[in-house]
Amino acid sequence: MKLDRLQSMTEQDQEFVVANRLGIHARVAAQIVKVANQFQSDIWITKSGSTVSGKSILDILTLVCPQGSKVRVSASGVDASEALKALATLFQTKFGES
Amino acid sequence: MRKTSITLQGIGVSPGIAIGKAQQLNLGLTPIPHYTLLGDEAVQEECERFEAAVAKAEKSLEVIKEELDPALQDHVHLLEVHQMILRDRLIFDETLKLIREKKYNALWALKRSLLKAHELFRSIDDEYIRGRVADVDAAGELILRNLAGQDHDLRNEIKERAIVVARDLSPADTAQLQLERTLGLVTDMGGRTSHTSIIARSLNIPSVVGAEVVTRFVDTGDILIVDGTTGRIVVNPTDDEIRHYLQRQEDEENYLKEIKRKAHLPAVTQDGVAITVEANIEMLEEVVAAKDNGAEGIGLYRTEFFFMNRTDVPDEETLFGEYRELAELMAPHQVTMRTLDLGAEKLAVSFPRHQESNPALGLRSIRLCLHYRDLFKSQLRAILRAGAATKNLRLMFPLVSGVGELLQAKAVLKEAKEELSRERMAFHEDMPLGVMIEVPSAVAVADLLAREVDFFSIGTNDLIQYSLAIDRVNENVAYLYEPLHPAVLRFIRQTVRAGHAAGIPVGICGEMAGEPSYVPVLLGLELDSLSMNPQAIPRVKNLICRSRARGNQKFVNRLLKIPTAQEISTLLQDVLMKRFPEEFRILEPGLPTSKALQRQGMLKSLENIPS
Repeated sequence: MKLDRLQSMTEQDQEFVVANRLGIHARVAAQIVKVANQFQSDIWITKSGSTVSGKSILDILTLVCPQGSKVRVSASGVDASEALKALATLFQTKFGES
Repeated sequence: MRKTSITLQGIGVSPGIAIGKAQQLNLGLTPIPHYTLLGDEAVQEECERFEAAVAKAEKSLEVIKEELDPALQDHVHLLEVHQMILRDRLIFDETLKLIREKKYNALWALKRSLLKAHELFRSIDDEYIRGRVADVDAAGELILRNLAGQDHDLRNEIKERAIVVARDLSPADTAQLQLERTLGLVTDMGGRTSHTSIIARSLNIPSVVGAEVVTRFVDTGDILIVDGTTGRIVVNPTDDEIRHYLQRQEDEENYLKEIKRKAHLPAVTQDGVAITVEANIEMLEEVVAAKDNGAEGIGLYRTEFFFMNRTDVPDEETLFGEYRELAELMAPHQVTMRTLDLGAEKLAVSFPRHQESNPALGLRSIRLCLHYRDLFKSQLRAILRAGAATKNLRLMFPLVSGVGELLQAKAVLKEAKEELSRERMAFHEDMPLGVMIEVPSAVAVADLLAREVDFFSIGTNDLIQYSLAIDRVNENVAYLYEPLHPAVLRFIRQTVRAGHAAGIPVGICGEMAGEPSYVPVLLGLELDSLSMNPQAIPRVKNLICRSRARGNQKFVNRLLKIPTAQEISTLLQDVLMKRFPEEFRILEPGLPTSKALQRQGMLKSLENIPS
């Protein structure tokens, strides 16, 4: 069982620029966690060498990502590609902000 | 034994006198025991207890969210953030780990996790992010209270009509209070624009905030007098004090009731000069209070409030919806929309990246708008569109320092109009445009600015601070905040004359406009309109109706020859007492000599102040 899971695991990552004016503030961080929690995969967010869990609002907040920050989002697990896709939409639509 | 009476001074944020029993809300004071668990079974039980406490906290936030007053819907996302923090790995997983591995009791384990989170946040440079530790604490406190077995449902805590006393009230706390059972509110923390103050004002609950130490002096059941007009709190008053305040309460209520009955009539002096009296508001809900108190329009709509207490930025459609509703509610009366006037203290929430050593002279207000043109333009578009049908909106730029800056802002306005035309959107093409006169340089070039706009509105709060170079919340220099300083009076006169020479009206929308004591001065300075807190309108209108404009002009000419604020104030006080004895017998005059100095009761260097 465990082995099956391992075999079907994939790991993917993608780079994004935080484009909304206010950067990753509390509400945006909450949005990211909400999306990340819909997937089984582990989600990681990396910015200038620090990596934090994409499922922890406090982790994401304390990564401090103002507008213009470059971050790498990676997902590993059975639904990694779906997870990454969903998160990409969020980043690309500027979290629904301007 | 009878306790001694103590008088404390805070900031009066919602007028009126409340006398009643105190009800302490002990928030944030859960005692934390510390012990080691014995045996795996105890550990397992403690883990379950913790998980149940989190689940209960989660559910209570859900209930608050559902029952939230529609006026406070903006806070929903804040409550969602708190819900998410409850389950965050740094709090939830960390606490369980400490219970399992270190065999800590749940309360102690949670407290340790919270402290660790504190350290993490403290190490962060960004002021906005660092401030979010307050959310971690708020969420943590919910679990702590559940674990300690305290019922934190505030609705059950207030058994009878009482004066609520608390260190601070969070949005979630305020939303839960049964306000119809609340006679008054007193908090250690907070300021005029804090959440509690705004709610209290809109519900007419006498309130004093920023009283610093009040929770230390008050026990539940103590008798308390709260004077929301002067900011005074009397703990365990003597019989004489109670009698005094009961009398004042009655006199004040009767007097205010009487003048409020006449407040819907226009403010016309006995020699026939009409003054437009309008209201300053910051939320849509205040329109009711404005109309009730006889406002003939909204002289200042502080649009930034809608941007505060939220972490996102409202988009054009959201703003448009809000503004159109305001326009429709007030029509046919005019509403002056001041574009975003985000000050330093409000910057942190919405614009986390600007840390300035001197924010009062920094990137704020119109400068901030010109820096973030898209944000500015989306607000301008929303305002222009919202005035399309009713045509009663006016546009006003704050903190304009000169013609160059005004022209830049006008260029953005022109762009916004052109875009709207191209997109074939309905908007008010000829919406009147005004500037706030609140920077001394704007006074100096008022004649030049007057050619570019349709009206002036003097923001006395900032004008006084900038021209006298004092920060009035700095207690060492606050005594220098003198609205009657000859320089301030000259600046107002100069602005009015420049405006009138160019044929445009000049008003005041600072706190000076709402202080009844200044009515003779402002009439004499020939202001066309006064805009103030809704609650101040009946008193100001009453005094205008009982005055003669021409007589006051002569009086002001006399005042302008006096060299110090102190002497001006003394003369004014004499005149007030002679002309309006009953007004100032019942309600204290708010002149700097009396009230403002009393407010500075904590001032250490009292002997330095000229008496």
